[in-house]
Amino acid sequence: MKANEPSEQCKEVFAALSEYLDLELSPASCEELEAHLRGCPPCIEFVESLRKSIDLCRGYSPGELPKALGEEARHELHEAYKKMLLAREDH
Amino acid sequence: MDRQLEVELARRLLAGEAQAFDRFVEHFRAKIFHYSWLMCGQREDAEEVAQETLMKTFENFRQLQDPERVRPWVFRIAKNVCLTKRRRSIFAPAPAQELSLDALVPSRDSRAGGRDGSMKIEIADWSHLPEDLVLKTEMMNELQAAIRTLPEIYRSVILLRDMEQLSITETAHILEVSEDVVKTRLHRARLAVRKHLDGRLRNSVKEMAR
Repeated sequence: MKANEPSEQCKEVFAALSEYLDLELSPASCEELEAHLRGCPPCIEFVESLRKSIDLCRGYSPGELPKALGEEARHELHEAYKKMLLAREDH
Repeated sequence: MDRQLEVELARRLLAGEAQAFDRFVEHFRAKIFHYSWLMCGQREDAEEVAQETLMKTFENFRQLQDPERVRPWVFRIAKNVCLTKRRRSIFAPAPAQELSLDALVPSRDSRAGGRDGSMKIEIADWSHLPEDLVLKTEMMNELQAAIRTLPEIYRSVILLRDMEQLSITETAHILEVSEDVVKTRLHRARLAVRKHLDGRLRNSVKEMAR
């Protein structure tokens, strides 16, 4: 192992983190991962940063909205909707 | 709007209740616009994708067998419209690019030894990121930048899974890939976003220290 690389065990933890945070790991793998975390503060720090990053994605609120829907565009959509209803009745 | 309300609107539209039309359009138009803007990168393209997706949605609405599935159903149409638009655009998609797991995890900082003699992993101090910062524009802009730098195959997964909160199964169905592929891409996308934000956090700490 190179001096500036995380250990193999840390790498195994990194590889399973999304499944761990999504609660999709098997109980045995989860227990193994948590046992490693208990003895590895840098990995705990990493897990927390990933968790916060995922939370940011989940709470994403885009600043920009689309332009207001023009009358013509709305009419086009409404016609498509009405046509679908009529076709269904005919069917 | 939560998914249950979307399902209710879809159910009402299928039952011929035209009063649900404007709310449905307004809601999904904004959602598709944001998805396609981050996928296509161009505001005008995103507006067109939103309109075209809604047209196809209404034209084929009776094919929606189960209103519970309205969100993934609309997003599958949006994904295809977006792809067609990208193929025709001068901003055509780049060839699929893979992210390597090794490049996304932190290295150990050999200069900073822990008190117990272990080495410290290079990482920003995320504890300074308060939970309510989620709402701050600056972080949202950074997040948007992080998403935009992802190769497309990863960007679509994180947008559908984490931002639209679709399930692994639904995301796999929309993107026409296996669930295992979704899981692998999602993990790498999340790691890449984390890495981008980590870099920004470190820079802002340095700037504050000046």
